[in-house]
Amino acid sequence: MTDTTEVGDPMLHVEHLDVTFPGRGWRAEPFRALRDVSIDIAPGECLGLVGESGSGKTTLGRAILGLVPASGGKVEFDGRRLDGMPRQERRRLSSEIQVVFQDPYTSLNPSLSIGDILAEPLTASGVSRRDARARVGGLLDAVNLPSDAASRLPREFSGGQRQRVAIARALALRPKLIVCDEPVSALDLSTQARVLDLFIELQERTGVAYLFVSHDLQVVRHISHRVAVMYHGEIVETGPGNQVTSAPDHPYTQKLLLAAPVPDPAEQARRRQARHQLAGGR
Amino acid sequence: MVSFVVKRIVSGIALVVVIATATFFLLRAGGTNVARTLLGETATQAQISAKLHELGLDRNVFVQYGDWLSHAVRGDFGSSWLTSQPVMTALVDRLPVTLSIAIGAVVLTTVVSVLLGVLAAYRRGWTDRIVQVLGIAGFAMPGVWLALILILAFAIKLAWFPATGYVQAGQSLGGWAVALVLPVVAIAVSSVASTAQQVRSAMLDVLQNDYVRTLRSRGLGEGSVVLKHALRNAAPTGLTVISLEFISLLGSTVVIERIFALPGIGSMVLDATVGGDSPQVLGVVVMMVIVVVVVNLVIDLLNGWLNPKVRVQ
Amino acid sequence: MSENENVVPVAGGTPPATTGPKAGRGVVGRMARNPLAVAAVVVLVAVVGVSIAAPLLTPFGPNEVIAGLARRPPGAGHPFGGDGAGRDVLSRLLFAGRLTLTGAVVTVVVAMLIGIPSGLLAGYHGKWFDSVSSWFANILIAIPGMVLLLAFIAAAGPQTVPVMAVFGVLLSPGFFRLVRAAVQSVRGELYVDAARIAGLSDARIISRHVVSVVRGPIVIQAAISAGAAVLIQTGLQFLGLGEQGKPSWGQMLSDAFTNIYSAPYLVFYPGLTIAITVAALALFGNALRDALQDRPVRRRRRVDRARAGAASDTTRDVSNASAEAARGPAGEEPLLSVRGLTITYPGDTGDRAVVRGVDLTVDRAQVVGIVGESGSGKTQSAFAVLGLLPTEARIAAGSIRFDGSELSSLDRKARGALRGRRIAYIPQEPMSNLDPSFTIGYQLTEPMRVALGISRAAARNRALELLGTVGITDPLRTFHSYPHQISGGMAQRVLIAGAISCDPELLIADEPTTALDVTVQAEILDLLRGLQRDRGMALLLVTHNFGVVADICDRVVVMQDGRVVEENDVTTVFAAPGHDYTRMLLDAMLDDTSPRPPLVSTTAGRN
Repeated sequence: MTDTTEVGDPMLHVEHLDVTFPGRGWRAEPFRALRDVSIDIAPGECLGLVGESGSGKTTLGRAILGLVPASGGKVEFDGRRLDGMPRQERRRLSSEIQVVFQDPYTSLNPSLSIGDILAEPLTASGVSRRDARARVGGLLDAVNLPSDAASRLPREFSGGQRQRVAIARALALRPKLIVCDEPVSALDLSTQARVLDLFIELQERTGVAYLFVSHDLQVVRHISHRVAVMYHGEIVETGPGNQVTSAPDHPYTQKLLLAAPVPDPAEQARRRQARHQLAGGR
Repeated sequence: MVSFVVKRIVSGIALVVVIATATFFLLRAGGTNVARTLLGETATQAQISAKLHELGLDRNVFVQYGDWLSHAVRGDFGSSWLTSQPVMTALVDRLPVTLSIAIGAVVLTTVVSVLLGVLAAYRRGWTDRIVQVLGIAGFAMPGVWLALILILAFAIKLAWFPATGYVQAGQSLGGWAVALVLPVVAIAVSSVASTAQQVRSAMLDVLQNDYVRTLRSRGLGEGSVVLKHALRNAAPTGLTVISLEFISLLGSTVVIERIFALPGIGSMVLDATVGGDSPQVLGVVVMMVIVVVVVNLVIDLLNGWLNPKVRVQ
Repeated sequence: MSENENVVPVAGGTPPATTGPKAGRGVVGRMARNPLAVAAVVVLVAVVGVSIAAPLLTPFGPNEVIAGLARRPPGAGHPFGGDGAGRDVLSRLLFAGRLTLTGAVVTVVVAMLIGIPSGLLAGYHGKWFDSVSSWFANILIAIPGMVLLLAFIAAAGPQTVPVMAVFGVLLSPGFFRLVRAAVQSVRGELYVDAARIAGLSDARIISRHVVSVVRGPIVIQAAISAGAAVLIQTGLQFLGLGEQGKPSWGQMLSDAFTNIYSAPYLVFYPGLTIAITVAALALFGNALRDALQDRPVRRRRRVDRARAGAASDTTRDVSNASAEAARGPAGEEPLLSVRGLTITYPGDTGDRAVVRGVDLTVDRAQVVGIVGESGSGKTQSAFAVLGLLPTEARIAAGSIRFDGSELSSLDRKARGALRGRRIAYIPQEPMSNLDPSFTIGYQLTEPMRVALGISRAAARNRALELLGTVGITDPLRTFHSYPHQISGGMAQRVLIAGAISCDPELLIADEPTTALDVTVQAEILDLLRGLQRDRGMALLLVTHNFGVVADICDRVVVMQDGRVVEENDVTTVFAAPGHDYTRMLLDAMLDDTSPRPPLVSTTAGRN
């Protein structure tokens, strides 16, 4: 699956992963959220994960984070097996794998100050309060937020700014991999572009890797080195970002590409026609 | 829906058994001075022992329990230790009185609190504020005090209602109703206060929902939107509150029956408690819990029927 | 919940905190600024203080019988008169508080000690502990409290502390359920997930994140429980089951009852004292909860009616000139003409405008897109046309003309008659816009019968036909389904069916595809385009996505910060945007950006 960029053993290695949720209610069917999913992420790489609702892209992210148990297959990080790891040990991994969630309004505790929110992962890993506070300043800087933000509450900030706080929080422990679960989907158009550029800048500066989950092919194209496409719990296509997002092989990816409207009336009319042809000619 | 009902009935029965058992052992754990109460201060130890033996109180407590339980499931709660009358007969005679009060209070509560709650949630402003003030006032007034004030005002000064006594519905429906007005109002006020607040909260929540605006956009009138759609969605919360209030109301009948001299099971358990009459107390407790279970079951069924996710199973 | 609880939010709002992040520091300050809270605290302190200091405040003992005082009304030396046995009522009143207050404290402490930890455990860890403890809680709730207390007193005697401790056990399910529900709701929050991933232990997560959510409800519950304890003690004491030989408020009421014909004034004092104490407890609880949660001031100045249909406006800038100006080149008046629309909301420091002087025109059978980011006022403008703004909103200025009539001059009924019939609405979130308690079919037919006056059978047929038109494969099945049984895409189709059901002339769609998957989005856009064309409807489409605009719109209105910054036909706006903001938005769209260059394979180092 990795083509031009052999960097030795991948940092994150997911192999034949299955995740099944028990059915809700009496004698209900269990739900297979992930079927036989395999991906790799190299250090410093950004793997984009695209899919619609129900594709399992969020579940895959959560499985890697340890929020959801695996029912089969394995998840390896730096050679260690993550699936089935006991909670105590998993907590120590927090300095290596972190997360940025989609919703900037509920991913920050509304009653804690920004400084407290950013210091939390640091103090949890044993850093002294004083050192933590010093590092908070550096984190705010890295995401282009003013240093006086540390004493304010989340509700005083816009969605884009809160998302920067979430990114700063993810960076606090200097992780090797950040799972980004639709981090720009809830943001305004102009803010999206700026936050995406921040993500790219941080990756180039610190060498952190991303698993970038999104439903938007164009967003993923902008930031990912490689892209994987998911449908109904399976990966249907993987490849270099440029290729998958402009000239994909798999019909589902083609359908996805044609379905997203473009801001040019004439071009959009053409795309619409191509989409109808694709649907009709199946 | 059927499994829903069956599950509720089974857990209801389990509830009755557990509470009855707990009460039984609680009462046995207390002092058994009932023999002394019956025989008087001058009784000799031998007489007391004989009385205890007669009542079966010298046996192992688990044997006593088994004996009581085996009779109870057949509807035989034994006889009162103090009056030697069968407990079941007394219960059957007195239950209608208490039910009249409790159910009357529940109906009054439901009607008034829905009215107030919906008004407060819909009109906000002054109406809302008044309902909130009434809420605190109603909650804070002791039922006893309210009963006394009502008696002073309506029974003594104005003589519209009787201060004491109960009239059988069979004898005179009007008399029955009139005799119940003061007791029912006395215990219902507190319930109304609490329930109206809950209904108001529930309606406020429901009215914030997107679908309320969408229904208005379709041209539906306010009446339909608020009373048909919003109220329907707020109903489960309201029903849950009402079922809890009913339990509380049942407990209040103990005091209210004393004040208004009503021969219900509330005053029965009071006398039995003071006298240490265990079979009576147990009988009342079991009967009350059965009533609670039945009412809860009805309300649960209503809730289940209202909730499409349950109904369609 | 048990024993007469209620959540009584009082409308005495608290002033907003200054930018202090720590909620704790400001609590006392916030309480001090709330007059009801101050009153409640004063009352409670007075009651407690007086009970403790009773011997110092009155020359008479509580049980001291004074000759000739029996049943003497209030007068010199005895401001509250004498009771049935000749004791001074005021003295008894002062001393009697001790018993009741002690009992209340015991009850609340026991209830919290049992309810809170078990609620935390059950909510956070769930599984077997949750099932067992919930079962226990249900049993405790089902017992009428008074009856159980009677049984307990029969077994163990009337000492206040044990009896009220048992009552505390009976009230503990209230705390249990409260805490459990709060913990469960927080457990699902993203910031708790983030905390877990950050490596926090469960204990730390609970103490940092859960406690702050649970504080407020616990305060209220404690206040209510204390009140309930006072009330039930009153009942027990009234029945003669309180501690013998000690004065108590309930016993005083019992005395009053005995002497109700001869000394009716006796009823007044103990009852009033109890009522004031319990009311103070409830108010204190409310105020403390509000202060802890740091609620901003809810200004209720002009909110009198909750009828969203009455967008009651104050000043209106109606002028016939606006109608003239709106006529298009053919001299035909547009279907919708909005001029100078200004919408304001009350704020902390005066009214703030979310829409300022907006002009909009929609011709018949034309598709107009309103584009903007969040806060641009695009949705507010759309709601203003529908007349569905929230009650606090005010149309401070401007006119909205539909088919020649000025909407603001119509009465509520006429306005309501327009909705659904001539102007229809398609909302953004499909699932939350369907009433979960009624079938799809009912929600389709009910408004049709109201608007078109047709019979049930005719409405049903029409609904089935509509469901087919919007592309639902099994109309009959969907007709009988409930909202929870259908998917998001289907729900949006149902909502579209509902919107077009009465053949409206103007459809207002508020981001109708934003909440949908991109493939479904494309289908819905196809559907809307087809319907608009076939039925000759005008469409006012609110969106933030320029791609959608390019797909379906004839004209574009770009809004920023409540103002229209650009308005033109769609080709021009994309080819040659006139305003910087439009240009900036178009540039921010990512579709023609270059992809990421491939990863350079070095040991791409960490800093």
